[in-house]
Amino acid sequence: MSIHDLTICIVSAPLLGAVLAGFFGKPLGRRGSHVVTIGLVLASFVLSCLVAKAVWLQGVTSDTNLYTWVLSGSFQFNIGFYIDQLTALMLLIVTFVSLLVHIYSIGYMQGDPGYQRFFAYISLFTFAMLMLVTANNMFQLFFGWESVGLVSYLLIGFWFKRESAIQGSLKAFIVNRVGDFGFILGIAAVLDSIGSIDYATVFARAPEFAHTTLSILPGHEWSLMSVIAILLFIGAMGKSAQIPLHIWLPESMEGPTPISALIHAATMVTAGIFMVTRMSPIYELSPTALSLITIVGASGALFLGLVGVVQHDIKRVVAYSTLSQLGYMTAALGVSAFSAGIFHLATHACFKALLFLGAGSVIIAMHHDQDLRHMGGLRKYMPITCFTFLIGALSLAAIPPFAGFYSKDAIIEAIQISQIPGAGYAYVCVLLGAFVTALYIFRAYFLAFHGSERMQAHTKEHLKESPKVVTLPLMILAVPSIVLGAILVGPMLYQKPSLLGNAVKVLPQYDVLGILAHHFQGALNAALGAVKTLPFWFAIAGIMTAWYTCLYRPGSRQKIIQILGPIYPILKHQYGFDQLNDLVFIRGSKCFARFLHRVGDVKIIDDSFVNGSGRLVAWISNTTRHLQSGYLYHYTLAMIIGLVGFLVWLVMG
Amino acid sequence: MLLLSDYLILSAALFTLSVTGIVINRNNLILLLMCIELMLLAVNTNFIAFSHFQGNIVGEIFVFFILTVAAAEAAIGLAILIVLYRNKKSIRVDELNTLKG
Repeated sequence: MSIHDLTICIVSAPLLGAVLAGFFGKPLGRRGSHVVTIGLVLASFVLSCLVAKAVWLQGVTSDTNLYTWVLSGSFQFNIGFYIDQLTALMLLIVTFVSLLVHIYSIGYMQGDPGYQRFFAYISLFTFAMLMLVTANNMFQLFFGWESVGLVSYLLIGFWFKRESAIQGSLKAFIVNRVGDFGFILGIAAVLDSIGSIDYATVFARAPEFAHTTLSILPGHEWSLMSVIAILLFIGAMGKSAQIPLHIWLPESMEGPTPISALIHAATMVTAGIFMVTRMSPIYELSPTALSLITIVGASGALFLGLVGVVQHDIKRVVAYSTLSQLGYMTAALGVSAFSAGIFHLATHACFKALLFLGAGSVIIAMHHDQDLRHMGGLRKYMPITCFTFLIGALSLAAIPPFAGFYSKDAIIEAIQISQIPGAGYAYVCVLLGAFVTALYIFRAYFLAFHGSERMQAHTKEHLKESPKVVTLPLMILAVPSIVLGAILVGPMLYQKPSLLGNAVKVLPQYDVLGILAHHFQGALNAALGAVKTLPFWFAIAGIMTAWYTCLYRPGSRQKIIQILGPIYPILKHQYGFDQLNDLVFIRGSKCFARFLHRVGDVKIIDDSFVNGSGRLVAWISNTTRHLQSGYLYHYTLAMIIGLVGFLVWLVMG
Repeated sequence: MLLLSDYLILSAALFTLSVTGIVINRNNLILLLMCIELMLLAVNTNFIAFSHFQGNIVGEIFVFFILTVAAAEAAIGLAILIVLYRNKKSIRVDELNTLKG
């Protein structure tokens, strides 16, 4: 079987699972549903391994069209698969995390009335995500992009009887629409200028347009590639939750925890990172867009991480951590360290899924109480969860030799030596971010698993380790969270050619990873050398601060809040993004809508068109009715005048 | 010797007379019917004149048809007039404005 055929199977297996569990969930039963969906996702995962083997060991890549979807004028939109190293890696990540989350859900969703529906949704999500990563043109990419958004909406609102879940799902959907608006404009710009949206054509022809300008506002010449790159990045900002479109991600935690792990940490939110990496031939042509990406990403890495420090909900802490890590990845893309961004995406997928599933395990034990203030000392009751969560936390905090260390360290170093405008600011952000990351995740860890037991007596009686289906995925995920970094760091970042091969394109003047490669002397040396680097000590300081405030002096919290002064309320309100949106966009659009209603609807449409046409007819008929006198001789006279008129016309004309 | 134009002038005069009668008559519906008859006769005169001067018999045949129809029309017109009088107790033209808009 060629890798093209394999890919068709990989993509369609979860779809089949979704259809079976979704439409035939009743006859299949709960057990049948999860067996079918897990079996098919497992098949996808195994086939993905085969594809990965073919791509890396035999060097096969493929770009084949399956069939024509839309034929419109001279434009042809195909369904097709573009298989290269980047796709193969994404296939592995998506199917691997999806498989584990499927298994985990058996335990987490136990007893939920929507059991079959849940499995149908997550299989559907897997299908959509696979469509997104295997697309060979932007149209199909957009299809996958929108589908994951839709399933994300369905899953955040999975418990649709909860008010907050409905609000959260709507917010996610609407904020993503804002991003998609930019994204679809970007695709349109590509189609308009290059005349094709097939990756192969676009990437081959993009350099021809490097110096093309266009003037959207008269008098301002903008580089075409910058406009395209920034528009596409706006789409990525929505999906990958970058400032200021990040506001939906914390809210999305209203969905079931497995979903937070799969969609809102490991896969869907990385779609933006994937897309920018895929479009690297376009981004490399626009220094403006690269600077913007660096600044937006780095700001997110620091400032959204800071918000995580003041959250009490364990899932929200991890959610803000996701926002911060997405910021790191984005900043890496900005300095053209695409491989580092994708590398962090891979390690992050493992350890963040681990952290989320660990948090989910805690939530099961706590009877769906997610408040960190009610936890503490859980280490005794759930050792496996505690241990795996610790591994995830160490990996996230970039402590060598855990996976997160290699990827995050590469990003920080790449930003440090980058020459593009904004890199200096970005370096400060990501460096402080290293401290903040360690602080918030260890704060959550210490509050949940160590210290005094603050839960209610009733909950305490039932505290126990979660069942095997829950802890097994934790243990499986813990393995790559430890070793994945050390294994991949060399081949992925510094080898020539790297694991990603020709899938990413970096111009020589931006090639920061190429410079770093000269100093790289193996994974072990990198881990040992970390002791001499700044980010390592920042992370250690973060852990120590967390330990001091949460365990050593638990009472110091009030004092710190006092010292922080106005900063604490700012963080507590998440920099007021929600308030700003409420003030400007929600009230603004309400005001605008009211204006349209009063003027446009009531005055123009109702008064002028609807009632106006009625009044006009009444007025005309009121005037003309006087012609109808009812006297025979008037009518006769009219007839004769008409007749004479016609006669004159006939004779003269 | 009478010319064709003499006949045409006569019929035009008759026609104009009858039209004027219809328009300015405000009193009697019978007068109106008579004017219509006169109008038809003016037309008939035209037919006969053309038929004679062009040596074509079709015009004269046409006149017979018109006379027949005119007779029937007069009968119907008078019948309607009688019914109208029963209902309105009047045949004054300026009182018949039920169709006023």
